[in-house]
Amino acid sequence: MADEAGITVLIPTPLRRFTDGDAKVTMAGASVGEVLDSLERAYPGIGERLRDDSGQIRRFVNVFVNGQNVRDRDGVDTSLSEGDEVGIIPAMAGGSRV
Amino acid sequence: MPSWIRIHVYADLRLLACCPAVDIARFDMSDACTAILKADSHRSALRRNAVSYFLMNNSGLPFHDSPKSYVSGQSAIMSNFQADTVATIASTLENTGVVRSIGNTPLVRLHRLERHLGLPASIEIHLKIEWVNPGGSIKDRTALSIIQAAIAAGDLDRGQTLIDATSGNTGIAYAMLGAALEIPVTLVVPGSASEERKRTLAAYGAHVVYSDPYEGSDGAIRLVRDLVTDRDHNYFYADQYNNQANAVAHYTTTGPEIWDQTSGRLTHFVAALGTTGTLMGAGGFFRHRGTVELIGVQPAEAFHGIEGLKHLPTAIVPGIFDPSLPDRIEGVDTEEAFDAARALARIEGYFAGSSTGANLAAAARLGSELASKGQPACIVAVGCDGGSRYLSTGLWELN
Ligand SMILES: Cc1ncc(COP(=O)(O)O)c(C=O)c1O
Repeated sequence: MADEAGITVLIPTPLRRFTDGDAKVTMAGASVGEVLDSLERAYPGIGERLRDDSGQIRRFVNVFVNGQNVRDRDGVDTSLSEGDEVGIIPAMAGGSRV
Repeated sequence: MPSWIRIHVYADLRLLACCPAVDIARFDMSDACTAILKADSHRSALRRNAVSYFLMNNSGLPFHDSPKSYVSGQSAIMSNFQADTVATIASTLENTGVVRSIGNTPLVRLHRLERHLGLPASIEIHLKIEWVNPGGSIKDRTALSIIQAAIAAGDLDRGQTLIDATSGNTGIAYAMLGAALEIPVTLVVPGSASEERKRTLAAYGAHVVYSDPYEGSDGAIRLVRDLVTDRDHNYFYADQYNNQANAVAHYTTTGPEIWDQTSGRLTHFVAALGTTGTLMGAGGFFRHRGTVELIGVQPAEAFHGIEGLKHLPTAIVPGIFDPSLPDRIEGVDTEEAFDAARALARIEGYFAGSSTGANLAAAARLGSELASKGQPACIVAVGCDGGSRYLSTGLWELN
């Protein structure tokens, strides 16, 4: 198993009902996919909002790593290391970076 | 010496005179609106709007507070207003090119989509093509109405800066009108706005303040509320979520246009809910004309990607929203809305945004439901904005 890194995940308002209102949580995982898996384990139900049945990030969801959209990197396979910040935003108005 | 205008509504419901006089008129709101619309033949649409805003915006009137009261046909006392102000606003606005090209948009029947959905010929689905407005969306009507009403009421003076929270289209409309009417504009936009949106606002010369991208459109509302308390700035807070002039735009233009375009055959009106101005205004107008079922459309989930829409159970509820007006509110999934927008492009050749997709998804469901009951219908769905506004988003992602 890859090194488990402490990753900060920023949660948008409409998903905070899953995280007991927390805007920021810390998760383990060596890739975006692994962090999303941890998120689902910690907060059941949140995962299906973010990914479709094939495990891909939904079309209307943007996931950022340190401000960069993972669509411009390796999607759910984008690797992460300790201290990275993952942001989740509904792609309401698009947005390639935050 | 300013002159005064008396608007006089006679029993036969015709607006007869705008003449110099100091007077207070007693009139019935619904009749006044009918009268203004009838007077359209001898005044331009804009002039008509400028006058109707006065009817609806003089403070102290009961219909000022609640969309319900201004559509319910109750009597009200109208206060005086100055003729020279009206004349100045009307002529400035009438002579401004972009203003003249707002509204009077096409209504098209979606024959091919109806067939694709397997609907019988007795079920008609029409789309109101709002992206042909000069700013590219239905929100041009809203922004114009808010600006007209504010100038008329003396809330927006020369040199004052118009400020508002907007996720996109209203901001583009304010920026466009601000450029053409020399009104400085500051917009509070969620930081996650797309590059094309940021550049569009910059192109018109608007000043943009970004709010926390994780807080969405409600975050922008909260930030603008903080900014307007800063007394060092001379802001006019347009407040589209709570400004009745938003709904008035649709009561006086969108609604009457659709009514005329369907020759009064409209049976169902489907409008997505953002500020809820479209449904409150046009819906209020239809409620007056006949038995039209009013269907509001919202995202099925709090976490969604349908630009411009609010999930009412979890969002800041707009002040102009009157929950008793819609006959029903339909929830549509983001994916379903995207699929409907894609189907519209491929089947009909109309390139629209995701909220139009949401309206069409709801209209399609409704059409099937009515068909199964053997009921005929003339459904109108709102085509809020065009597809090119979303080229960089997942809506048109290649796969
Ligand atoms: C693309 C889009 N669709 C729908 C709406 C909703 O319209 P309304 O604000 O009149 O409810 C908006 C408004 O912000 C919008 O921008």
